[in-house]
Amino acid sequence: MLRIAFDKLDELFAAVSAKNTLYIPTNREDGEAEYKKYEPGMKLTYNLNTLRSAKDFFFPQTEDLVEFKMEGKNIEVKDIRKESEDFVIFGVRPCDARSFTILDKVYLVDPVDSYYKNRRDHGTVVSLACTRPAETCFCQTFGIDPTAPEGDCACWSDGRYYYFKANTEKGTAFLDSIASLLEDGDTAELDKAIERTKTIMSKLPLAKLSTENFGGDKLNEYFNSDKWAELSESCLGCGTCTFVCPTCQCYDIKDFNTGNGIKRYRCWDSCMYSDFTKMAHGNPRLTQLERFRQRFMHKLVYFPANNNGEFGCVGCGRCLSKCPISMNIVKVMKALEEK
Amino acid sequence: MNSNDTLIPYVGIVTDIRIDTPDVKTFRVEAPEGGKVFEHMPGQCAMLSIPGVGEAMFSITSSPTNKDYMEFSIKKCGCLTSWLHAMDVGQMITLRGPYGNAFPVETELKGKDLLFIAGGIGLAPLRSVIHYVRDKRENYGSIQVIYGSRSKDDLVDYQEIIDEWMADDGVEVNLTIDNAQEGWDGHVGFVPNYVKELNPSTNKTVLVCGPPIMIKFTLAGLKEIGFTETQVYTTMELRMKCGVGKCGRCNIGNKYVCKDGPVFRFDQLDELPDEY
Amino acid sequence: MQEAMINRAKQLLADGTVKRVIGWKRGEFAYDITPAVFETAEELDKDFVFDDFTSANVSKYLVKESQKEGKVLAFLKPCDTYSLNQLTKEHRVNRDNIYVIGVPGGPKLDVEKIKAKGITGITNLRNENYTIKIETIYGEETMPFYEAILDKCASCKSKKHVTYDELIGEDGDVLESNRFDMVEKLENMTSQERYDFWRGELSKCIRCNACRNVCPACTCENCVFDNPKSGIDNKAPADSFEENMFHIIRAFHVAGRCTDCGECSRVCPQHIPLHLLNRKFIKDINSLYGEYQAGEDITSRAPLTDYTADDCEASIVHERGVE
Repeated sequence: MLRIAFDKLDELFAAVSAKNTLYIPTNREDGEAEYKKYEPGMKLTYNLNTLRSAKDFFFPQTEDLVEFKMEGKNIEVKDIRKESEDFVIFGVRPCDARSFTILDKVYLVDPVDSYYKNRRDHGTVVSLACTRPAETCFCQTFGIDPTAPEGDCACWSDGRYYYFKANTEKGTAFLDSIASLLEDGDTAELDKAIERTKTIMSKLPLAKLSTENFGGDKLNEYFNSDKWAELSESCLGCGTCTFVCPTCQCYDIKDFNTGNGIKRYRCWDSCMYSDFTKMAHGNPRLTQLERFRQRFMHKLVYFPANNNGEFGCVGCGRCLSKCPISMNIVKVMKALEEK
Repeated sequence: MNSNDTLIPYVGIVTDIRIDTPDVKTFRVEAPEGGKVFEHMPGQCAMLSIPGVGEAMFSITSSPTNKDYMEFSIKKCGCLTSWLHAMDVGQMITLRGPYGNAFPVETELKGKDLLFIAGGIGLAPLRSVIHYVRDKRENYGSIQVIYGSRSKDDLVDYQEIIDEWMADDGVEVNLTIDNAQEGWDGHVGFVPNYVKELNPSTNKTVLVCGPPIMIKFTLAGLKEIGFTETQVYTTMELRMKCGVGKCGRCNIGNKYVCKDGPVFRFDQLDELPDEY
Repeated sequence: MQEAMINRAKQLLADGTVKRVIGWKRGEFAYDITPAVFETAEELDKDFVFDDFTSANVSKYLVKESQKEGKVLAFLKPCDTYSLNQLTKEHRVNRDNIYVIGVPGGPKLDVEKIKAKGITGITNLRNENYTIKIETIYGEETMPFYEAILDKCASCKSKKHVTYDELIGEDGDVLESNRFDMVEKLENMTSQERYDFWRGELSKCIRCNACRNVCPACTCENCVFDNPKSGIDNKAPADSFEENMFHIIRAFHVAGRCTDCGECSRVCPQHIPLHLLNRKFIKDINSLYGEYQAGEDITSRAPLTDYTADDCEASIVHERGVE
């Protein structure tokens, strides 16, 4: 298998970034990891994952859609988009790598969202298999194998080498572009490392969490469950879970007066917010109970109903760590299952 | 890269503004080069916007058989609609669409006797269908319209109903207002009760639109008469942003009103959670 | 302590003094505790928890809970009692419908501080003589207790309960805290350094609104940032001005009412030290109008809403603005 020694990673980053913009997860001052544009000297984080998910690359928090010039009664519409530059994201964890295929199911179905597609077409995802999962991890619940990541090119480490295997044409092109740095090597040590990870996975506290009681056919079973009141009772109605979630994909469209015209942009929105469904003449989700229920029903029932049983969650665990009141999808699943 | 995207709107010019009621105006919209901005089917909607003011979904009130322009009957109730009501002829607006499904005028409704039941501004989406079936009269059976509003002044399209609809052969129109008033010698009473009084034949296919409370009682009344849910269609309204089932806010269960609706048959709605 | 609290809560439920109990509910792990309302003894036995991670301030929930039928028992730590007093003063809670039991305060732990040490796979945690023993799937780890305490507890202002109907445990005193040290440090920076500091912090904001929604001083029925007519309901930081203004406007709105409970910084997923903005206001109020602690009592007049002839002149803004 193609591989590169740990101490040559900087060379690899330099080679990739010489051709394309490269993003790697790196630590910031407060110890959290975030994706940053690679610059010489920047180090790959040892954290399991980034605080914000990798969805930002394809579905950024804010994105300009169109501009309007307003003159008297006239309106001129201007498509302000520029062709995206090619870019490489290195170190995407298997959960986040799967999140892109979930976002694709929303944004690449007819009518295709060309803003998203443009970014998707220009991005190459190099995923990185996990070796040290956390107690908050439950990707295996959703059929994700953290030792066999998706993405254009998969990457593994055994503590001494990074190993690579292309999953797509873009992945092959990526490996071709760094071919001179890679060597062929045996995978005996890597195989052992993968086995170690698999053993750890089986010992994780959430290893037994299952989706068997959820899916598109569970609408009536859960929608009117009396558990929602208790579960949503202390929800603050903030958007933290939504914004750190790699699969939450709802957005709002807003106009901004630049003083020189109107810029229409979209930005992340949250079904947890009180004005999400508010209309001039009323609101179908009046209390936090309905908003809270929507978020989890969407991931556990509605999304699978519309997408051949695929769930709208990848088990990355970000909401488990970041919810200000520690309410999350795991607690919801367990409570709903309790008869 | 796609040079076009459904989120990028077209421009249209308001070429006529008709005052229907104290709070409803009907706007005629044409493309800058003349003609319609885009084609649609009855029941479909469009996103109208004044950049910087807002963007919202409105049902297209005109029929696709009208080849010259589109019309939108809009009630003044929020920020954007107030702006629209204040504008003059010649104003440009932006439009995108058409969005959503449509009333099944070319399939399930074909050859059927049709009963339209509307309350207030709820006539707006049905007017598109009414015009369509009147223009393609040979494809449909009898047409009955039961329409009510708070008062005579609140009846949208009143003059058109009197002058055109009522003059058509095979079109029966029954109007009602909530409370008696001077100058009105027609029926007085709420729509659901009027429907029961008129006791329409149960072989008709029903299209109903109006305030939720009116729809609720009308459906109950229809069931009493002997109609089944599979015979009754309605059109829904929820907050929308994208119009194409991606922004995530107009869902009822797993159905997006903007994409899978706005037209639903009541037996379809029955399978969805009660959250609208 | 937890046992005493559960027992007392059961008594008060049983004798009809209260109908509900607000406290904290145990989570999936040793640290992910959720504020919760308990209505029966069984629920209390099963899930009620009071430990090193019960840091959430439950006072804000009392805005809604105290409007419901029947009394609610609230377990409040010293800092939480300041929030309740302030809410009482602002007529946002029905204090007569709340039975407050004062319980000892922190320091409480911040699991993110433990995780920041690279400790992961945590399956259990316990405090043994101020050393945290952490069991993980990768083996056992230890960490000194005081290295893992919440920032808000590290600069605790008071161990005193300013309102309660009864106490479990001893009451403490108002402390000489170091809470203005960082504010002073910021004041001593040049305006450019200070600007850079805040841009660095505020540019991390993802506008999740957790700070606002957790804040006991933010109880408006409809927030200005959610009001489309305000012109500032942009939801996302549309530009850097937006990023700054959201937090600065919020700090202005709670000035003189913020009790410095520290919840804003505790819940910020991006670790922005938002409490420093509020502390700057508190420090200024103290120096311009005399020492004032919001929430200390329910009778005193708040300096920013009470005119006296001794108030500083508006020109203070110009004088201080000059560097």
